[in-house]
Amino acid sequence: MSTGKLTLDDVQKVARLARLALDDATLQRLTGELEAILGSVEKISQADVSGVEPMAHALPLHNVFREDIVTPSLPLEKVLQNAPESDGPFFKVPKILGADED
Amino acid sequence: MPLSSLISARDAIRDKRISSVELTREILDVIAQREPQIAAFNSVWADQALEQALAVDQGRRSGALAGVPIALKDNLCTSFGLTTCSSRMLENFRSPYDATVVKKLEAAGAVFVGKTNLDEFAMGSSTENSAFKVTRNPWDTSRVPGGSSGGSAAALAAGMCCAAIGSDTGGSIRQPASLCGLVGLKPTYGRVSRYGLVAFASSLDQIGPFGRTVADAALLLNVIAGHDPKDSTSVPAPVPDYLGELHQPVKNLRIGIAREYDLAAGVDPQVHAAVEAAKKKYQELGAELVDVSLPHTEYGIAAYYIIAPCEASSNLARYDGVHYGHRTKHAVKDIIDLVSRSRAEAFGPEVQRRIMIGTYALSHGYYNKFYVQAQRIRALIKKDFDEAFTKCDVILSPTSPTPAFKAGEKTADPLQMYLCDVFTVTCNIAGIAGISIPCGFTTGEKPLPIGLQLLGPAFSEERLLRIARMYEAATDWHKRRA
Repeated sequence: MSTGKLTLDDVQKVARLARLALDDATLQRLTGELEAILGSVEKISQADVSGVEPMAHALPLHNVFREDIVTPSLPLEKVLQNAPESDGPFFKVPKILGADED
Repeated sequence: MPLSSLISARDAIRDKRISSVELTREILDVIAQREPQIAAFNSVWADQALEQALAVDQGRRSGALAGVPIALKDNLCTSFGLTTCSSRMLENFRSPYDATVVKKLEAAGAVFVGKTNLDEFAMGSSTENSAFKVTRNPWDTSRVPGGSSGGSAAALAAGMCCAAIGSDTGGSIRQPASLCGLVGLKPTYGRVSRYGLVAFASSLDQIGPFGRTVADAALLLNVIAGHDPKDSTSVPAPVPDYLGELHQPVKNLRIGIAREYDLAAGVDPQVHAAVEAAKKKYQELGAELVDVSLPHTEYGIAAYYIIAPCEASSNLARYDGVHYGHRTKHAVKDIIDLVSRSRAEAFGPEVQRRIMIGTYALSHGYYNKFYVQAQRIRALIKKDFDEAFTKCDVILSPTSPTPAFKAGEKTADPLQMYLCDVFTVTCNIAGIAGISIPCGFTTGEKPLPIGLQLLGPAFSEERLLRIARMYEAATDWHKRRA
Protein backbone atom coordinates (compact mmCIF):
# COMPACT_ATOMS: atom_id res chain seq x y z
CA MET A 1 0.00 0.00 0.00
CA SER A 2 1.17 3.51 -0.68
CA THR A 3 1.97 5.72 2.29
CA GLY A 4 0.35 8.91 1.00
CA LYS A 5 -3.21 9.40 -0.15
CA LEU A 6 -5.44 6.35 -0.07
CA THR A 7 -6.01 4.92 -3.55
CA LEU A 8 -8.69 2.67 -4.98
CA ASP A 9 -6.00 -0.02 -5.27
CA ASP A 10 -5.24 0.25 -1.54
CA VAL A 11 -8.91 -0.11 -0.66
CA GLN A 12 -9.24 -3.07 -3.02
CA LYS A 13 -6.34 -4.77 -1.28
CA VAL A 14 -7.82 -4.12 2.19
CA ALA A 15 -11.17 -5.51 1.03
CA ARG A 16 -9.40 -8.66 -0.15
CA LEU A 17 -7.65 -9.02 3.23
CA ALA A 18 -10.98 -8.43 5.00
CA ARG A 19 -12.69 -11.06 2.81
CA LEU A 20 -15.26 -8.63 1.49
CA ALA A 21 -16.17 -9.04 -2.21
CA LEU A 22 -17.23 -5.44 -2.72
CA ASP A 23 -18.37 -4.03 -6.06
CA ASP A 24 -16.61 -1.10 -7.72
CA ALA A 25 -19.15 1.51 -6.64
CA THR A 26 -18.78 0.46 -2.98
CA LEU A 27 -14.99 0.49 -3.22
CA GLN A 28 -15.13 3.99 -4.72
CA ARG A 29 -17.38 5.23 -1.91
CA LEU A 30 -15.21 3.60 0.75
CA THR A 31 -12.07 5.19 -0.67
CA GLY A 32 -13.46 8.63 0.13
CA GLU A 33 -14.92 7.63 3.49
CA LEU A 34 -11.79 5.82 4.69
CA GLU A 35 -9.64 8.73 3.56
CA ALA A 36 -11.73 11.08 5.72
CA ILE A 37 -11.90 8.78 8.75
CA LEU A 38 -8.24 7.79 8.68
CA GLY A 39 -7.29 11.43 8.18
CA SER A 40 -9.26 12.29 11.30
CA VAL A 41 -7.99 9.48 13.55
CA GLU A 42 -4.41 10.16 12.44
CA LYS A 43 -4.61 12.93 15.05
CA ILE A 44 -3.33 10.39 17.58
CA SER A 45 0.15 10.64 16.06
CA GLN A 46 0.41 14.15 17.55
CA ALA A 47 0.30 12.85 21.13
CA ASP A 48 3.57 12.57 23.01
CA VAL A 49 3.78 8.90 23.94
CA SER A 50 7.46 8.69 24.76
CA GLY A 51 8.02 6.08 27.45
CA VAL A 52 4.36 4.94 27.40
CA GLU A 53 3.74 1.21 27.13
CA PRO A 54 0.80 0.16 24.92
CA MET A 55 -2.19 -1.04 26.96
CA ALA A 56 -4.38 -3.74 25.38
CA HIS A 57 -7.11 -3.54 28.01
CA ALA A 58 -7.73 -1.79 31.30
CA LEU A 59 -7.54 -4.77 33.66
CA PRO A 60 -4.41 -5.75 35.56
CA LEU A 61 -5.02 -9.34 34.38
CA HIS A 62 -2.58 -11.52 32.52
CA ASN A 63 -3.13 -15.21 31.88
CA VAL A 64 -6.10 -16.74 33.64
CA PHE A 65 -5.78 -20.46 34.23
CA ARG A 66 -8.25 -23.14 35.22
CA GLU A 67 -7.92 -26.79 36.12
CA ASP A 68 -7.53 -28.97 33.05
CA ILE A 69 -10.77 -30.85 33.48
CA VAL A 70 -12.94 -32.15 30.65
CA THR A 71 -16.42 -30.67 30.75
CA PRO A 72 -19.31 -31.47 28.41
CA SER A 73 -19.27 -29.76 25.01
CA LEU A 74 -22.33 -28.64 23.08
CA PRO A 75 -24.13 -31.57 21.46
CA LEU A 76 -23.33 -32.00 17.77
CA GLU A 77 -26.83 -31.14 16.56
CA LYS A 78 -26.67 -27.82 18.44
CA VAL A 79 -23.28 -27.04 16.95
CA LEU A 80 -24.54 -27.73 13.44
CA GLN A 81 -28.04 -26.26 13.80
CA ASN A 82 -27.07 -22.94 12.19
CA ALA A 83 -24.75 -24.34 9.52
CA PRO A 84 -25.76 -23.23 6.02
CA GLU A 85 -24.75 -26.69 4.82
CA SER A 86 -23.66 -29.78 6.72
CA ASP A 87 -23.05 -33.45 6.03
CA GLY A 88 -23.28 -35.82 8.96
CA PRO A 89 -20.94 -34.48 11.65
CA PHE A 90 -19.24 -32.03 9.23
CA PHE A 91 -19.64 -28.45 8.04
CA LYS A 92 -19.76 -28.60 4.26
CA VAL A 93 -17.78 -26.18 2.06
CA PRO A 94 -16.78 -25.98 -1.60
CA LYS A 95 -13.35 -27.33 -2.49
CA ILE A 96 -10.51 -25.65 -0.61
CA LEU A 97 -7.42 -26.98 -2.43
CA GLY A 98 -6.37 -24.69 -5.23
CA ALA A 99 -7.95 -21.59 -3.70
CA ASP A 100 -5.71 -18.55 -4.12
CA GLU A 101 -3.53 -17.72 -1.16
CA ASP A 102 -3.05 -14.16 0.07
CA MET B 1 -49.09 2.18 39.67
CA PRO B 2 -46.87 -0.81 38.89
CA LEU B 3 -45.34 0.66 35.75
CA SER B 4 -43.66 3.59 37.48
CA SER B 5 -40.46 1.61 38.09
CA LEU B 6 -38.96 -1.86 38.10
CA ILE B 7 -38.80 -1.86 41.89
CA SER B 8 -42.43 -0.81 42.31
CA ALA B 9 -43.50 -3.47 39.77
CA ARG B 10 -41.51 -6.12 41.62
CA ASP B 11 -42.97 -5.04 44.97
CA ALA B 12 -46.52 -5.01 43.58
CA ILE B 13 -46.07 -8.61 42.42
CA ARG B 14 -44.43 -9.63 45.67
CA ASP B 15 -47.28 -8.10 47.70
CA LYS B 16 -49.86 -9.70 45.36
CA ARG B 17 -51.34 -6.34 44.36
CA ILE B 18 -50.95 -7.52 40.78
CA SER B 19 -50.06 -10.89 39.33
CA SER B 20 -47.11 -11.29 37.00
CA VAL B 21 -49.49 -12.50 34.27
CA GLU B 22 -51.62 -9.35 34.69
CA LEU B 23 -48.58 -7.09 34.55
CA THR B 24 -47.14 -8.97 31.57
CA ARG B 25 -50.48 -8.64 29.75
CA GLU B 26 -50.49 -4.90 30.48
CA ILE B 27 -47.01 -4.62 29.03
CA LEU B 28 -47.98 -6.69 25.97
CA ASP B 29 -50.96 -4.33 25.48
CA VAL B 30 -48.63 -1.33 25.55
CA ILE B 31 -46.43 -3.10 22.99
CA ALA B 32 -49.47 -3.73 20.77
CA GLN B 33 -50.37 -0.02 20.98
CA ARG B 34 -46.98 1.65 20.67
CA GLU B 35 -44.67 -0.75 18.84
CA PRO B 36 -46.07 0.13 15.37
CA GLN B 37 -44.83 3.73 15.85
CA ILE B 38 -41.67 3.03 17.89
CA ALA B 39 -40.29 -0.16 16.29
CA ALA B 40 -38.14 -1.03 19.30
CA PHE B 41 -38.32 -4.83 19.09
CA ASN B 42 -36.78 -7.35 16.73
CA SER B 43 -38.91 -10.04 18.36
CA VAL B 44 -41.70 -10.05 20.94
CA TRP B 45 -42.08 -13.25 22.94
CA ALA B 46 -45.70 -12.94 24.10
CA ASP B 47 -46.35 -16.65 24.67
CA GLN B 48 -43.09 -17.42 26.40
CA ALA B 49 -43.42 -14.25 28.54
CA LEU B 50 -46.88 -15.30 29.73
CA GLU B 51 -45.59 -18.80 30.51
CA GLN B 52 -42.69 -17.36 32.53
CA ALA B 53 -45.12 -15.03 34.30
CA LEU B 54 -47.53 -17.85 35.10
CA ALA B 55 -44.67 -19.87 36.59
CA VAL B 56 -43.98 -16.97 38.96
CA ASP B 57 -47.65 -16.64 39.90
CA GLN B 58 -47.82 -20.38 40.59
CA GLY B 59 -44.75 -20.22 42.80
CA ARG B 60 -42.55 -22.26 40.44
CA ARG B 61 -40.16 -19.33 39.90
CA SER B 62 -38.90 -16.75 42.36
CA GLY B 63 -36.00 -14.34 42.87
CA ALA B 64 -35.05 -10.69 43.02
CA LEU B 65 -36.84 -9.94 39.73
CA ALA B 66 -39.71 -12.40 40.11
CA GLY B 67 -42.38 -11.68 37.52
CA VAL B 68 -41.15 -8.38 36.10
CA PRO B 69 -41.15 -7.99 32.31
CA ILE B 70 -37.82 -6.89 30.89
CA ALA B 71 -36.35 -6.58 27.39
CA LEU B 72 -32.99 -7.84 26.11
CA LYS B 73 -30.80 -6.24 23.49
CA ASP B 74 -30.68 -8.52 20.47
CA ASN B 75 -26.93 -9.09 20.72
CA LEU B 76 -27.34 -11.22 23.85
CA CYS B 77 -27.43 -14.92 23.06
CA THR B 78 -30.64 -16.66 24.08
CA SER B 79 -31.36 -20.34 23.54
CA PHE B 80 -34.96 -19.28 22.95
CA GLY B 81 -35.85 -17.41 19.73
CA LEU B 82 -33.39 -15.60 17.49
CA THR B 83 -30.21 -13.63 18.19
CA THR B 84 -29.82 -11.36 15.16
CA CYS B 85 -27.59 -8.41 16.16
CA SER B 86 -29.89 -6.55 13.73
CA SER B 87 -27.77 -7.98 10.92
CA ARG B 88 -28.69 -9.88 7.76
CA MET B 89 -25.70 -12.03 8.69
CA LEU B 90 -27.52 -13.46 11.73
CA GLU B 91 -31.10 -12.96 10.52
CA ASN B 92 -31.96 -16.63 11.23
CA PHE B 93 -29.39 -17.38 13.94
CA ARG B 94 -30.54 -19.53 16.85
CA SER B 95 -28.01 -19.50 19.64
CA PRO B 96 -27.23 -22.93 21.06
CA TYR B 97 -26.77 -21.42 24.53
CA ASP B 98 -27.76 -18.54 26.82
CA ALA B 99 -25.53 -15.62 27.73
CA THR B 100 -24.52 -15.73 31.41
CA VAL B 101 -26.45 -12.49 31.99
CA VAL B 102 -29.56 -14.06 30.48
CA LYS B 103 -29.18 -17.10 32.74
CA LYS B 104 -28.80 -14.88 35.80
CA LEU B 105 -31.88 -12.82 34.92
CA GLU B 106 -33.83 -16.01 34.27
CA ALA B 107 -32.71 -17.44 37.62
CA ALA B 108 -33.84 -14.19 39.31
CA GLY B 109 -37.36 -14.76 37.99
CA ALA B 110 -37.44 -12.14 35.23
CA VAL B 111 -39.97 -12.35 32.40
CA PHE B 112 -38.47 -11.75 28.94
CA VAL B 113 -40.86 -9.80 26.69
CA GLY B 114 -38.56 -9.81 23.69
CA LYS B 115 -35.35 -8.67 22.07
CA THR B 116 -34.66 -5.14 21.03
CA ASN B 117 -33.29 -3.46 17.94
CA LEU B 118 -29.74 -2.10 17.75
CA ASP B 119 -27.25 -0.66 15.32
CA GLU B 120 -25.95 -3.68 13.41
CA PHE B 121 -23.47 -5.50 15.69
CA ALA B 122 -23.81 -2.51 18.08
CA MET B 123 -21.92 -0.22 15.69
CA GLY B 124 -23.58 3.17 15.76
CA SER B 125 -25.10 5.95 17.84
CA SER B 126 -28.66 6.15 16.49
CA THR B 127 -29.93 2.56 15.86
CA GLU B 128 -30.31 3.63 12.21
CA ASN B 129 -27.63 1.08 11.25
CA SER B 130 -30.05 -1.78 11.97
CA ALA B 131 -30.62 -3.96 8.91
CA PHE B 132 -34.27 -4.38 9.88
CA LYS B 133 -35.94 -1.21 11.09
CA VAL B 134 -35.48 2.35 12.30
CA THR B 135 -36.42 2.68 15.97
CA ARG B 136 -38.07 5.96 16.95
CA ASN B 137 -37.64 8.06 20.06
CA PRO B 138 -40.85 7.86 22.14
CA TRP B 139 -40.48 11.55 23.10
CA ASP B 140 -40.61 12.59 19.44
CA THR B 141 -40.98 9.90 16.81
CA SER B 142 -39.27 12.01 14.14
CA ARG B 143 -36.09 11.57 16.18
CA VAL B 144 -33.68 8.72 16.93
CA PRO B 145 -33.50 7.01 20.33
CA GLY B 146 -29.70 7.03 20.26
CA GLY B 147 -27.65 3.88 19.96
CA SER B 148 -26.52 1.35 19.74
CA SER B 149 -28.93 0.06 22.43
CA GLY B 150 -31.68 2.29 21.01
CA GLY B 151 -34.30 -0.44 20.97
CA SER B 152 -33.84 -1.19 24.68
CA ALA B 153 -34.00 2.52 25.56
CA ALA B 154 -37.04 3.23 23.37
CA ALA B 155 -38.88 0.13 24.65
CA LEU B 156 -38.40 1.22 28.25
CA ALA B 157 -39.17 4.90 27.64
CA ALA B 158 -42.41 3.87 25.89
CA GLY B 159 -43.45 1.60 28.77
CA MET B 160 -43.06 -1.59 26.70
CA CYS B 161 -41.04 -3.21 29.54
CA CYS B 162 -40.17 -2.42 33.17
CA ALA B 163 -36.40 -2.40 32.55
CA ALA B 164 -33.99 -3.40 29.83
CA ILE B 165 -30.50 -4.72 29.25
CA GLY B 166 -28.05 -3.19 26.80
CA SER B 167 -24.37 -3.24 25.99
CA ASP B 168 -21.95 -0.31 25.96
CA THR B 169 -18.75 -0.27 23.88
CA GLY B 170 -18.33 3.50 23.50
CA GLY B 171 -21.53 4.90 25.02
CA SER B 172 -24.18 2.51 23.70
CA ILE B 173 -26.09 2.38 27.00
CA ARG B 174 -25.43 5.88 28.36
CA GLN B 175 -26.16 7.84 25.17
CA PRO B 176 -29.57 6.23 24.39
CA ALA B 177 -30.45 6.51 28.11
CA SER B 178 -29.68 10.22 27.83
CA LEU B 179 -31.71 10.67 24.63
CA CYS B 180 -34.69 8.73 26.03
CA GLY B 181 -34.79 10.17 29.57
CA LEU B 182 -33.62 7.04 31.40
CA VAL B 183 -30.94 5.84 33.78
CA GLY B 184 -28.26 3.83 31.97
CA LEU B 185 -25.22 2.27 33.62
CA LYS B 186 -21.97 1.14 31.98
CA PRO B 187 -20.34 -1.05 34.62
CA THR B 188 -16.58 -1.35 35.06
CA TYR B 189 -14.89 -3.59 32.50
CA GLY B 190 -14.92 -7.03 34.16
CA ARG B 191 -17.84 -6.35 36.51
CA VAL B 192 -20.38 -8.24 34.36
CA SER B 193 -19.69 -11.41 32.37
CA ARG B 194 -19.58 -10.90 28.62
CA TYR B 195 -20.11 -14.62 27.92
CA GLY B 196 -22.81 -14.83 25.26
CA LEU B 197 -22.64 -11.15 24.32
CA VAL B 198 -21.93 -11.16 20.59
CA ALA B 199 -18.45 -9.65 20.46
CA PHE B 200 -17.86 -6.24 18.87
CA ALA B 201 -14.73 -4.81 20.56
CA SER B 202 -13.77 -7.21 23.32
CA SER B 203 -11.56 -4.86 25.35
CA LEU B 204 -14.34 -2.24 25.49
CA ASP B 205 -17.67 -4.15 25.51
CA GLN B 206 -19.64 -4.33 28.73
CA ILE B 207 -23.25 -5.33 29.47
CA GLY B 208 -25.35 -3.05 31.66
CA PRO B 209 -28.85 -2.04 32.74
CA PHE B 210 -31.42 0.56 31.73
CA GLY B 211 -33.87 1.62 34.43
CA ARG B 212 -36.36 4.38 35.04
CA THR B 213 -34.61 5.10 38.32
CA VAL B 214 -31.16 4.68 39.81
CA ALA B 215 -32.56 2.03 42.16
CA ASP B 216 -33.82 0.03 39.17
CA ALA B 217 -30.33 0.06 37.67
CA ALA B 218 -28.87 -0.94 41.05
CA LEU B 219 -31.27 -3.88 41.37
CA LEU B 220 -30.40 -5.13 37.89
CA LEU B 221 -26.68 -4.77 38.57
CA ASN B 222 -27.14 -6.85 41.73
CA VAL B 223 -28.48 -9.64 39.53
CA ILE B 224 -26.07 -9.51 36.57
CA ALA B 225 -22.73 -8.62 38.22
CA GLY B 226 -20.11 -11.12 39.27
CA HIS B 227 -17.31 -13.39 38.19
CA ASP B 228 -17.98 -16.02 35.53
CA PRO B 229 -15.48 -18.79 34.77
CA LYS B 230 -16.70 -18.59 31.15
CA ASP B 231 -15.42 -15.01 30.82
CA SER B 232 -11.76 -14.80 31.85
CA THR B 233 -11.96 -11.00 31.84
CA SER B 234 -14.71 -10.98 34.46
CA VAL B 235 -13.19 -10.09 37.79
CA PRO B 236 -13.59 -12.23 40.93
CA ALA B 237 -14.33 -9.20 43.12
CA PRO B 238 -17.20 -9.51 45.60
CA VAL B 239 -20.54 -8.07 44.48
CA PRO B 240 -21.90 -5.66 47.10
CA ASP B 241 -25.63 -5.09 47.52
CA TYR B 242 -25.95 -2.02 45.31
CA LEU B 243 -29.37 -1.27 46.79
CA GLY B 244 -28.21 -1.57 50.39
CA GLU B 245 -26.83 1.91 51.04
CA LEU B 246 -28.23 3.48 47.87
CA HIS B 247 -30.31 6.11 49.63
CA GLN B 248 -27.46 7.23 51.93
CA PRO B 249 -25.98 10.47 50.57
CA VAL B 250 -22.20 10.49 50.09
CA LYS B 251 -20.57 12.85 52.59
CA ASN B 252 -17.77 15.23 51.60
CA LEU B 253 -18.60 14.58 47.97
CA ARG B 254 -16.12 16.01 45.50
CA ILE B 255 -17.35 16.35 41.93
CA GLY B 256 -14.71 16.73 39.26
CA ILE B 257 -15.24 19.15 36.41
CA ALA B 258 -12.79 18.49 33.61
CA ARG B 259 -11.66 21.69 31.95
CA GLU B 260 -11.18 19.80 28.66
CA TYR B 261 -14.91 18.96 28.63
CA ASP B 262 -15.78 22.65 28.85
CA LEU B 263 -13.82 23.20 25.67
CA ALA B 264 -15.58 20.43 23.75
CA ALA B 265 -17.11 21.88 20.63
CA GLY B 266 -20.69 21.35 19.54
CA VAL B 267 -22.42 21.17 22.92
CA ASP B 268 -26.03 22.29 22.50
CA PRO B 269 -26.76 25.42 24.62
CA GLN B 270 -29.74 23.77 26.32
CA VAL B 271 -27.63 20.74 27.21
CA HIS B 272 -24.95 23.06 28.57
CA ALA B 273 -27.51 24.97 30.67
CA ALA B 274 -29.03 21.77 32.10
CA VAL B 275 -25.61 20.43 33.07
CA GLU B 276 -24.67 23.76 34.69
CA ALA B 277 -27.90 23.61 36.69
CA ALA B 278 -27.05 20.04 37.76
CA LYS B 279 -23.67 21.23 39.07
CA LYS B 280 -25.48 23.87 41.16
CA LYS B 281 -27.89 21.24 42.44
CA TYR B 282 -25.00 19.09 43.62
CA GLN B 283 -23.48 22.13 45.35
CA GLU B 284 -26.80 22.73 47.11
CA LEU B 285 -26.60 19.09 48.22
CA GLY B 286 -23.26 19.84 49.83
CA ALA B 287 -20.87 18.71 47.13
CA GLU B 288 -17.70 20.55 46.32
CA LEU B 289 -16.89 21.16 42.66
CA VAL B 290 -13.24 20.45 41.90
CA ASP B 291 -11.33 21.40 38.76
CA VAL B 292 -9.62 18.40 37.23
CA SER B 293 -7.75 17.85 34.00
CA LEU B 294 -8.05 14.99 31.52
CA PRO B 295 -5.39 16.21 29.10
CA HIS B 296 -5.74 13.38 26.55
CA THR B 297 -9.50 13.81 26.07
CA GLU B 298 -8.90 15.29 22.63
CA TYR B 299 -7.47 11.96 21.46
CA GLY B 300 -10.34 9.89 22.87
CA ILE B 301 -12.56 9.69 19.79
CA ALA B 302 -9.60 9.01 17.48
CA ALA B 303 -8.19 6.27 19.71
CA TYR B 304 -11.65 4.73 20.07
CA TYR B 305 -12.29 4.74 16.32
CA ILE B 306 -9.02 2.82 15.84
CA ILE B 307 -9.24 0.35 18.74
CA ALA B 308 -12.90 -0.54 18.24
CA PRO B 309 -12.68 -1.19 14.46
CA CYS B 310 -9.43 -3.16 14.88
CA GLU B 311 -11.04 -5.47 17.42
CA ALA B 312 -14.22 -5.61 15.33
CA SER B 313 -12.35 -6.64 12.18
CA SER B 314 -10.81 -9.48 14.15
CA ASN B 315 -14.01 -10.50 16.00
CA LEU B 316 -16.17 -10.41 12.89
CA ALA B 317 -13.75 -12.63 10.97
CA ARG B 318 -15.78 -15.53 12.40
CA TYR B 319 -18.68 -14.79 10.01
CA ASP B 320 -17.57 -16.98 7.15
CA GLY B 321 -20.79 -18.34 5.66
CA VAL B 322 -19.71 -21.80 6.80
CA HIS B 323 -20.35 -22.35 10.50
CA TYR B 324 -23.41 -20.12 10.90
CA GLY B 325 -24.87 -16.99 9.44
CA HIS B 326 -25.58 -15.95 5.88
CA ARG B 327 -24.14 -17.91 2.95
CA THR B 328 -24.23 -16.53 -0.58
CA LYS B 329 -26.52 -18.19 -3.12
CA HIS B 330 -24.20 -17.01 -5.87
CA ALA B 331 -22.07 -19.60 -7.74
CA VAL B 332 -18.58 -19.51 -6.20
CA LYS B 333 -15.21 -20.60 -7.52
CA ASP B 334 -13.65 -21.54 -4.19
CA ILE B 335 -13.87 -21.16 -0.43
CA ILE B 336 -12.36 -17.63 -0.36
CA ASP B 337 -14.95 -16.54 -2.90
CA LEU B 338 -17.72 -18.07 -0.80
CA VAL B 339 -16.56 -16.30 2.36
CA SER B 340 -15.99 -12.96 0.64
CA ARG B 341 -19.33 -12.91 -1.18
CA SER B 342 -21.26 -14.03 1.91
CA ARG B 343 -19.73 -11.24 3.99
CA ALA B 344 -20.20 -8.56 1.34
CA GLU B 345 -23.88 -9.52 0.94
CA ALA B 346 -24.80 -9.72 4.62
CA PHE B 347 -22.84 -6.96 6.42
CA GLY B 348 -24.36 -3.47 6.20
CA PRO B 349 -22.41 -0.34 5.22
CA GLU B 350 -21.27 0.73 8.72
CA VAL B 351 -20.07 -2.76 9.64
CA GLN B 352 -18.16 -3.02 6.36
CA ARG B 353 -16.69 0.43 6.95
CA ARG B 354 -15.42 -0.53 10.40
CA ILE B 355 -14.05 -3.88 9.23
CA MET B 356 -12.19 -2.01 6.48
CA ILE B 357 -10.78 0.62 8.88
CA GLY B 358 -9.73 -2.10 11.31
CA THR B 359 -8.16 -4.27 8.64
CA TYR B 360 -6.27 -1.28 7.27
CA ALA B 361 -5.07 -0.14 10.69
CA LEU B 362 -3.85 -3.66 11.53
CA SER B 363 -2.17 -4.28 8.19
CA HIS B 364 1.57 -4.43 7.61
CA GLY B 365 3.14 -1.00 7.75
CA TYR B 366 0.25 0.66 9.59
CA TYR B 367 -0.03 -1.45 12.74
CA ASN B 368 2.41 0.66 14.75
CA LYS B 369 1.15 3.96 13.44
CA PHE B 370 -2.49 3.25 14.29
CA TYR B 371 -3.12 0.28 16.56
CA VAL B 372 -0.06 0.42 18.82
CA GLN B 373 -0.22 4.20 19.02
CA ALA B 374 -3.90 4.01 20.03
CA GLN B 375 -2.99 1.49 22.77
CA ARG B 376 -0.44 3.98 24.09
CA ILE B 377 -3.12 6.68 24.10
CA ARG B 378 -5.30 4.26 26.04
CA ALA B 379 -2.62 4.06 28.74
CA LEU B 380 -2.48 7.87 28.86
CA ILE B 381 -6.26 8.22 29.09
CA LYS B 382 -6.34 5.68 31.93
CA LYS B 383 -3.59 7.61 33.70
CA ASP B 384 -5.54 10.86 33.26
CA PHE B 385 -8.51 9.30 35.05
CA ASP B 386 -6.36 7.72 37.78
CA GLU B 387 -4.88 11.13 38.56
CA ALA B 388 -8.22 12.95 38.39
CA PHE B 389 -9.81 10.45 40.80
CA THR B 390 -7.23 11.28 43.44
CA LYS B 391 -8.91 14.73 43.57
CA CYS B 392 -12.58 13.82 43.14
CA ASP B 393 -15.13 11.01 43.56
CA VAL B 394 -16.81 11.34 40.18
CA ILE B 395 -16.40 13.40 37.02
CA LEU B 396 -19.50 15.19 35.78
CA SER B 397 -20.29 16.07 32.14
CA PRO B 398 -23.09 15.93 29.61
CA THR B 399 -23.66 12.37 28.36
CA SER B 400 -24.32 13.47 24.80
CA PRO B 401 -23.46 16.88 23.31
CA THR B 402 -26.99 17.17 21.91
CA PRO B 403 -30.51 15.96 22.65
CA ALA B 404 -32.05 13.38 20.29
CA PHE B 405 -31.44 14.34 16.66
CA LYS B 406 -33.71 13.78 13.68
CA ALA B 407 -33.70 10.41 11.95
CA GLY B 408 -31.53 10.75 8.84
CA GLU B 409 -29.76 13.87 10.09
CA LYS B 410 -26.33 12.28 10.52
CA THR B 411 -26.49 9.16 8.36
CA ALA B 412 -24.71 10.71 5.37
CA ASP B 413 -21.55 11.56 7.31
CA PRO B 414 -20.03 8.78 9.47
CA LEU B 415 -17.59 11.20 11.12
CA GLN B 416 -20.43 13.44 12.36
CA MET B 417 -22.08 10.38 13.90
CA TYR B 418 -18.81 9.38 15.61
CA LEU B 419 -18.63 12.78 17.35
CA CYS B 420 -21.81 11.92 19.31
CA ASP B 421 -19.53 9.78 21.47
CA VAL B 422 -17.12 12.51 22.60
CA PHE B 423 -18.05 12.31 26.31
CA THR B 424 -18.64 8.56 26.50
CA VAL B 425 -15.78 6.70 24.78
CA THR B 426 -12.99 7.43 27.25
CA CYS B 427 -14.89 5.55 29.98
CA ASN B 428 -14.69 2.37 27.88
CA ILE B 429 -11.09 3.00 26.87
CA ALA B 430 -10.10 3.29 30.54
CA GLY B 431 -12.43 0.46 31.62
CA ILE B 432 -14.07 2.57 34.36
CA ALA B 433 -17.73 2.90 35.41
CA GLY B 434 -20.18 5.47 34.03
CA ILE B 435 -23.83 6.35 34.43
CA SER B 436 -26.27 8.62 32.64
CA ILE B 437 -29.23 10.08 34.54
CA PRO B 438 -31.96 12.49 33.41
CA CYS B 439 -31.08 16.13 34.21
CA GLY B 440 -33.56 18.22 32.25
CA PHE B 441 -35.57 18.75 29.11
CA THR B 442 -35.32 21.03 26.13
CA THR B 443 -37.97 23.68 25.69
CA GLY B 444 -40.34 23.47 22.76
CA GLU B 445 -43.46 21.71 21.64
CA LYS B 446 -41.94 18.27 22.12
CA PRO B 447 -39.49 18.55 25.02
CA LEU B 448 -36.53 16.20 24.70
CA PRO B 449 -34.67 14.64 27.63
CA ILE B 450 -31.13 15.71 28.52
CA GLY B 451 -28.71 13.35 30.27
CA LEU B 452 -26.01 13.92 32.87
CA GLN B 453 -23.00 11.63 32.88
CA LEU B 454 -21.10 10.71 36.03
CA LEU B 455 -17.87 8.73 35.68
CA GLY B 456 -16.34 6.90 38.62
CA PRO B 457 -13.22 4.80 39.16
CA ALA B 458 -13.13 1.08 38.34
CA PHE B 459 -15.41 -0.94 40.66
CA SER B 460 -16.89 2.21 42.24
CA GLU B 461 -20.47 1.35 41.18
CA GLU B 462 -21.81 1.31 44.72
CA ARG B 463 -20.66 4.89 45.31
CA LEU B 464 -21.45 6.04 41.78
CA LEU B 465 -25.05 4.86 42.11
CA ARG B 466 -25.40 6.59 45.49
CA ILE B 467 -24.08 9.84 44.03
CA ALA B 468 -26.51 9.55 41.11
CA ARG B 469 -29.34 8.81 43.54
CA MET B 470 -28.58 11.99 45.53
CA TYR B 471 -29.36 14.07 42.45
CA GLU B 472 -32.36 11.97 41.47
CA ALA B 473 -33.86 12.29 44.96
CA ALA B 474 -33.64 16.08 44.68
CA THR B 475 -35.17 16.33 41.19
CA ASP B 476 -38.25 15.17 39.27
CA TRP B 477 -36.86 14.66 35.77
CA HIS B 478 -37.05 10.88 36.02
CA LYS B 479 -40.78 11.02 36.77
CA ARG B 480 -41.76 12.41 33.36
CA ARG B 481 -43.16 9.93 30.87
CA ALA B 482 -42.89 9.82 27.10
